[in-house]
Amino acid sequence: MSTEDPDSGTSGLPPVFLERQTYRRRRLMDAARLLPLLGVGLFAIPLLWPMSGNSSLTEPVKTSGAAIYLFIAWAGLIAASAWMGKKTQGWIRGDQPPPDAGRAQDHG
Amino acid sequence: MATLNLLILVCLAYVILLFGVAFIADRLAATGRSTWLRSPLVYTLSLSIYCTAWTFYGAVGYAARSGLEYLTIYLGPTLVMIGWWWGLRKLVRIGRSQRVTSIADLISSRYGKSNLLAVCVTILAVIGVTPYIALQLQSITLSFGVFVDSDAMGEYGEHGVVFWVAIGLAVFAILFGTRNLDANERHHGVVTAVALEAVVKLVALLAVGIFVVWGIAGGVQETLVRIDTSRIGEWQVDGGRWMMITFLSAAAFVCLPRMFQVMVVENDDERHLRTAAWAFPLYLLLISLFVVPIAAVGLDLMDQTDNPDMFVLTVPLSQGREGLAVLAFLGGFSSATSMVIVAAMAMSTMVSNHIVMPIWLSSRSGSASFSGDVRHVILLARRISIAAIMALGYFYYRLSGGGTALASIGLISFAGISQILPALVGGLFWRGATRTGALAGLTVGFALWVYTSLLPGMGTGVLSASVMMHGPLGLEWLRPHALFGIEGMDPIMHTVLWSLSLNTAAFCLVSLYTFPSPLERLQGAQFVNVFDHSTSPRGWTGSVAQAEDLMIMSQRILGAHEAQELFHREAELQGAWGGHLPEPTPQFLDRLERALSGTVGAATSHAMIGQIVGGSSVSVEDLLAVADESAQLLEYSSQLEAKSAELARTARQLREANEKLTQISLQKDAFLSQVSHELRTPMTSIRAFSEILRDAESLTPEEKTRYATIIHDEALRLTRLLNDLLDLSVLESGQVSLNMRGGTLSDVLDRAVSPALAGVDRPLVVHRRKSNEAIALYSDLDRLAQVFINLIANAQKYCDATDPELVITVHQMGGQLLVDFVDNGSGIPPEAQSLVFEKFARVSAEKAGGAGLGLAICREIMQRLGGDVTYLGGVSGGAFRVTLPLANEMAAQ
Repeated sequence: MSTEDPDSGTSGLPPVFLERQTYRRRRLMDAARLLPLLGVGLFAIPLLWPMSGNSSLTEPVKTSGAAIYLFIAWAGLIAASAWMGKKTQGWIRGDQPPPDAGRAQDHG
Repeated sequence: MATLNLLILVCLAYVILLFGVAFIADRLAATGRSTWLRSPLVYTLSLSIYCTAWTFYGAVGYAARSGLEYLTIYLGPTLVMIGWWWGLRKLVRIGRSQRVTSIADLISSRYGKSNLLAVCVTILAVIGVTPYIALQLQSITLSFGVFVDSDAMGEYGEHGVVFWVAIGLAVFAILFGTRNLDANERHHGVVTAVALEAVVKLVALLAVGIFVVWGIAGGVQETLVRIDTSRIGEWQVDGGRWMMITFLSAAAFVCLPRMFQVMVVENDDERHLRTAAWAFPLYLLLISLFVVPIAAVGLDLMDQTDNPDMFVLTVPLSQGREGLAVLAFLGGFSSATSMVIVAAMAMSTMVSNHIVMPIWLSSRSGSASFSGDVRHVILLARRISIAAIMALGYFYYRLSGGGTALASIGLISFAGISQILPALVGGLFWRGATRTGALAGLTVGFALWVYTSLLPGMGTGVLSASVMMHGPLGLEWLRPHALFGIEGMDPIMHTVLWSLSLNTAAFCLVSLYTFPSPLERLQGAQFVNVFDHSTSPRGWTGSVAQAEDLMIMSQRILGAHEAQELFHREAELQGAWGGHLPEPTPQFLDRLERALSGTVGAATSHAMIGQIVGGSSVSVEDLLAVADESAQLLEYSSQLEAKSAELARTARQLREANEKLTQISLQKDAFLSQVSHELRTPMTSIRAFSEILRDAESLTPEEKTRYATIIHDEALRLTRLLNDLLDLSVLESGQVSLNMRGGTLSDVLDRAVSPALAGVDRPLVVHRRKSNEAIALYSDLDRLAQVFINLIANAQKYCDATDPELVITVHQMGGQLLVDFVDNGSGIPPEAQSLVFEKFARVSAEKAGGAGLGLAICREIMQRLGGDVTYLGGVSGGAFRVTLPLANEMAAQ
């Protein structure tokens, strides 16, 4: 997958070593990419729970508990995503056109 | 009790409100004062058309039937949105840079602008969405039914209601979606209305949920207890279905035409995705938060016979909360209408762009320049296709009987629309994906979906029970719900598993096997590497920089004066004063593009302005068009160059010819005057003496004889002159025939010396060395002798020594024979040496015996014979050298 690096402003080969801040930004982008995988994992966990019917040894999990787990996991993902959006908000502004510029060409 | 009429009135009022909102939003967008319309919030809310009546009514029904499985429908899109960095970002960037208008357009554009593929995707989308439309019809009909059932006064006929609902939604979608044509297929008004509806449905569902939790159950704890004691109180999901439906909803979220419309086509700013990445999952979470409580309480309160799909309405109604029920009804109505509007809009765009317009344009090729005409046709095509889509939905509802759970209808639709996914994902991430591969995958997947899911869903009217039980023609392994003999699978899992896996397999295998066209490969590279190619403009900050850059570019193309005038005019039009640059408004950019296109061609100017204004990148088509234009220009200029070179050559030739003509004319004049002069002298004496003979009466016979002799001599001289002239002209014109034969030099000299000296009073002494002269010649010996005679006679005539002598020496040098004639006179003065071979050139006038043509003739003869005659300077006396090729050299020629 091709990636766009918001920090390598000039053309040419990307540098091998980065500033500390740039390095952190890249790792934040990695985290943003990993977030859906975490979500898949979280949402797959309930499949491991004992269910009614197929296992008589353990009590099946209550729907309320399952719902609370799922909604908390869901909310956690949303919060993480929002936090990352906020962290990355500052530096995306530098490398993208302001909304006015975008609008001008939409009609032009 | 709310009557049917009251409900209809509420609906109408609500629709009018939506129209008003859309109208105002369009007006604001047109005047450019609608910054909040382009906010991430509106974008997020417009995405919520994902939540249709299926969500609003069907989710509760789904939960009442299958517990928490309904969440998968929202977890899939949540994962897609949270993972926007992987896929959606690329999709939106491509959508913007390639200016795509629909998902069919995107697919066709990726695979080399294949219209066949676009048609396939369009058909798949129309058929795939048909059950979804039917779902909306069913939910609205059911919700009307809920109110009418509880209203004893109402006369209720289900089919009649469905029919009128379908008509109403069609009219609504036509009025909303096809009011105007926008080149970018963006509809600010519709998006704003959809955002409003998103708020209404969220508020309505939350209100019902809050009422249920705190109004009926009496708190959160009590609600949780109720849930656990209800029929769905225990965690029980099918793991396969859980994963499969999550995946399916994620796929459908990306592939649904209406989602593509709001997510990609209506996207104003890529950065909105950043906000929507968490805000839209939050919306989904909120809307599904109270679904389980409502379902649990509904199961508790209502009869077993009540349709759980309608709990959102029936629970408040059973508690006597009619106001809340009407609000919930409006929420459901919003869900259905917003879905129908956007879906119909997206589909009608696809149908008109990819099916109707190609047919219409090809049916009347050449006359498509009437834009008004085309607009009319497009609008008509869209209206008709909206009506047709609604009709399809209506018939699906009638065929399926209207009794199915909403969620299961929706899943059929999802499975159908997901068949686009392999072609879409492959197109975005795999450069090797080809058009044929995409076609093969779509066809296989679509066919399998129709056979295993769509047709069985329509009930026994389409596929008979025996086909369902034993397969077509008794082929058991072709049973629609047990393909290849694998039985016992959940129908929707069965469909998705087979159709998507075989779809992907066909797509990959055919892609690997086939070879893409050049345009396909270019587009593939553009799509897959969109972040490398598309403009990510850095440094274009604000409109001032743009205007300046536009100015610089225009000056280069139009010339400084013209460009400044154009910009000045535009600035005045915009009301700017005092040398300000005009704002890059769309109108200005339009005009500028037209002005530039006059110089560099339309495609080039579009690409240039696009580059400066930013945002959309230059597509391959643009580049091809630019290359085309440049090639035309180059060809034209090279033609011009060739022509001008030819003209220059012709002019030079003309000039040379003119000079030559002038020279020849001068030569001719000089020659004529010399000839006439030479002729006049003897003629004068002939005339004078003949007059004397005629007029003098007393002449002695001696005198007569003398005069007659003079006349005779002069006549001879004239004859000689004329002979010489004739000889010269024959030689010069190259028409002389040479009589080539062998001989020796000494013979020729012998033959020349005696006639040259015959009849002379005081002959000069000729010194020769005969031993040197025994050289074989192959030449025109008579002509050669003539040359020698002339040279010897000249020496005889002009040698001014008291004892004139002539030395004739012969030697050979470099295959040439040199014969020198050197006398002991004073020779020719240096200033006259260059003239002696000219016609009528005479060294001294007093010794003018001949016409002065002798040496000229000699030279002509020698040149004809392959040699030359030159005057030797630097020798004491007059000296001429005759150059001759040797006999063997001549023979070799």
